[in-house]
Amino acid sequence: MVPPGSRPHAPDPASVTGKAPPIGEATDLLVIGAGPAGVSAALAAAGRGVPVTLVDENPIPLSAMGEEVPLHFGGRMGAVVANRNAMLEAVLEASPRLAEAVDAGIDVRLGTAAWGLFPRRLTTNWIGVHVAGLADADRAYLIGFKQVIVACGRRDMGLAFEGWERPGVMGASAAYRLAKSYGALEARTAVLLGAGTEALQIADALSEQGVRIAAIIEQAEIAGGPQKLLARLVGKGARVLTRHIIEQASGDSRGVTAVRVAPVDGLGRRTGQPLQSIECDTVLLGVGAVAAIELLEAGGCAVRFQPERGGHAPLLDGSQRTSLPYVYAAGDCAGIWPSKTLCEAVARREGAIAARAALEALGVRAEGAPEAPSTPDGPAADAALERLAWVRAAILQAPGDPQVCQCEEVTCADILSLRPPRYLGRPRAPGARESGGLAALEDVPPHPDAVKRLTRAGMGPCQGRRCREQIAALLALAAGRPLADVPLATYRPPVRPLRLDQLAGLAESAAMAQHWDSWFGMPTQWVPFWRVPPSYTVAARCTEGPEAAE
Amino acid sequence: MSPQGGEGAAVIVIGGGVTGLSAGWWLARDGIDVLVIEAGAIGWAASGRNGGGCSHHHSPLFLEEQRLWPMLDELLGYPTEFRPNRIRIALDERQFRLYRRALENGARQGFRTDVLDPPQIRELVPFAGEAYGGYFYHFGGHANPHRTVQAYAWALQDHGGRLLQHTPVLGFDTRGNRVAGVRTPRGAFACDQLVIAAGPATGALAAQLGVALPLMSARAEMIVTEPLALMATGAVDGNGLYGRQTLRGNLAYGGGPHEWVELQDVGARAHSTVLQASIARRLYALFPKAAHARVIRSWAGFIENTPDGRPVLDRPASLENLTIATLSSVGFGLSPAAGRAVRDLVVSGRCGFADLSTLRLGRFAGLEPGWRALQGWLPAAAGGE
Repeated sequence: MVPPGSRPHAPDPASVTGKAPPIGEATDLLVIGAGPAGVSAALAAAGRGVPVTLVDENPIPLSAMGEEVPLHFGGRMGAVVANRNAMLEAVLEASPRLAEAVDAGIDVRLGTAAWGLFPRRLTTNWIGVHVAGLADADRAYLIGFKQVIVACGRRDMGLAFEGWERPGVMGASAAYRLAKSYGALEARTAVLLGAGTEALQIADALSEQGVRIAAIIEQAEIAGGPQKLLARLVGKGARVLTRHIIEQASGDSRGVTAVRVAPVDGLGRRTGQPLQSIECDTVLLGVGAVAAIELLEAGGCAVRFQPERGGHAPLLDGSQRTSLPYVYAAGDCAGIWPSKTLCEAVARREGAIAARAALEALGVRAEGAPEAPSTPDGPAADAALERLAWVRAAILQAPGDPQVCQCEEVTCADILSLRPPRYLGRPRAPGARESGGLAALEDVPPHPDAVKRLTRAGMGPCQGRRCREQIAALLALAAGRPLADVPLATYRPPVRPLRLDQLAGLAESAAMAQHWDSWFGMPTQWVPFWRVPPSYTVAARCTEGPEAAE
Repeated sequence: MSPQGGEGAAVIVIGGGVTGLSAGWWLARDGIDVLVIEAGAIGWAASGRNGGGCSHHHSPLFLEEQRLWPMLDELLGYPTEFRPNRIRIALDERQFRLYRRALENGARQGFRTDVLDPPQIRELVPFAGEAYGGYFYHFGGHANPHRTVQAYAWALQDHGGRLLQHTPVLGFDTRGNRVAGVRTPRGAFACDQLVIAAGPATGALAAQLGVALPLMSARAEMIVTEPLALMATGAVDGNGLYGRQTLRGNLAYGGGPHEWVELQDVGARAHSTVLQASIARRLYALFPKAAHARVIRSWAGFIENTPDGRPVLDRPASLENLTIATLSSVGFGLSPAAGRAVRDLVVSGRCGFADLSTLRLGRFAGLEPGWRALQGWLPAAAGGE
């Protein structure tokens, strides 16, 4: 610190100080995600004299869908998704409350993805305000905000088996999104993997839309979801195969045509009884619904594995407020539990609670009595144990070596034996420690980020969306430790893949253009050793001369 | 088996980054009983957050850096993904002049550089656009920092060295003017020699031993794209950026302004910011034909710097058995040579292959106490001004 009475010194011109980007747009309350929670939050805050901006990434561009972002769409999008206007209409039609939000004066931006949340903290102070990174089809830009409610929903846990890379193998939530929001799901006969509440609810909804659910495959002894939903699906012809696992998806150039399912015991081992073949064009991965926490986690909100919230979820107070006081989470991204899944009112209520707290923080007094906090009503099943059981049965006990990370083509054995990636050339005699597998990291359980750096598992363009829960489970199983002990692989912005020319288009200040060749802006750092003076003081330092970093 | 408290080592190295691990490996190679203690996981700080470049022609360790990298995979027994040579592209005359210094410094030490004209650049670098000019340095190169960190750690252990992760150093035991041991939550470890090579934490640790090492840390950022078709030479940078195309094909580049931080205030994790857009802007200008490549990650790290930005590799006079090593924000490429220099300092008190007189701690003897403020090295004010 500058001693009192002394002249303040100019900040280091090569540092970020004074280089805040121009923030072209600003709002008071930013709501990210226009599902039940997000729309409710925005509507609850509307008309109170506070600017409210509601963004939602739907309709998602076809190119992103093709990369399985943000959901595992499995190539089952109908041709209509290429027609942006038709998709926009479909999205508006599917969510009548969006029109209500527009009428209420809310700034609604569809087709707008949030790729980064940069709330002001010590290391973002130089930006000066809270900002979020947004991107639509044309451009990426920053928006300033005072309070933000994140309501980004959920995605599906992936599960590897032979052939799961075939078109038609997709996340259950992805199928729901295509069917309900876009009317663009190309599926006739589906096999559902998983029988929990989230899976059965989606299968029921798809079945209402004409998708035939041929079978429900569950590794556990019983189907854990609501029996009423299960009975309805069985009534429509679904077979329920508990203590079974999909061993293989076979197909042709258009995708899946059948799955082979194997009976397993309580440890996921094949019982030796004959396999069955079930014809289908779609496999719905419903083994686990995962809270979409990437914006929150990358933004610096504290996140913990909370079994009652279905896995990793933000730490929240009774107002849906995260560890960063101006950031709230509502809906599925705040945690997933069966009664919330079955009753949309819970998500809506969370949105309203968050909006009330955000309004109060903005100095707007709330109307009416406050809602009781939204808390999980106890786990119907242990999400951690279920994930481990699925991974044990489908991957560890598989007769082959399923590819867990599709983007980087990393198999289960590659991960467990910490094998260097394919581009380094195989076969190559491994070094002494390398051949010791995960144990060579001497970290129990190993950090997924360490495993990622050595095997590349999770480093691909889908940003680990399809493999990160499987990898965490594999590391827990290999270490014989609870899943909650495996650290969360970090999320990093942009949490949506963003074209280089798009990200490059963000406005920057004139000051930002200076000092790029300088590393730390110190000519002294690069003086060749044969010309270095014997002593150094600030007063006598050389500030002239070329400062290009090497 | 992890070492336990009570089991001392002939040499304890604090810091499991590239410098500390390389030093530990060189010591273990000589049959010296060495224990590396790391507060978190190896390579988690600055060593895991860099461009992977290996061409530091301004350093007294340059010749050894150039000699060691081409044989490092073989020496370590594990892949580092090292690839030789480097292309640097200038988009204007100013950059062209700046980048010429590598040619001059290289030539003085016996290395060749070719000047490239725009057509040559277009041919060598498929993603490049209209450049002003450039250089092909027949030295340097790049490697994968994560894989290299792990390779050092494993090679160190193959030679009988030990490594302890997630073990912060709580304090030291001294006897007279010697460091007798290191205290950790896992117990105390006695040592004959101590090396502090703890990156940003080096200054605070040295201070506990009464050694004043002026150091300040900053946050820096990088971005990475999805994999693209491989260019013949992956080590292409310029336009103010450092970085490389990885052997997988990703473009991994960093640069731009840093942010000075007080480490104790900011927590262990460095978050990236909107600076990623400014890095993308310059990468797009450097590689306009990669416009459609999608950026899939960014990352940030904390990096330490001495007041003049130059390393300190020295044995402070006040203690008989202490060696200090900070590479001052330029440590990855130099790590094979820096580790060997530390080994020499520990074993014989002097470096046998390079003149380290310009890297002595004593050069800061007359440094003004308020040097951080005088140089403007202060965290951005809470007001954002």
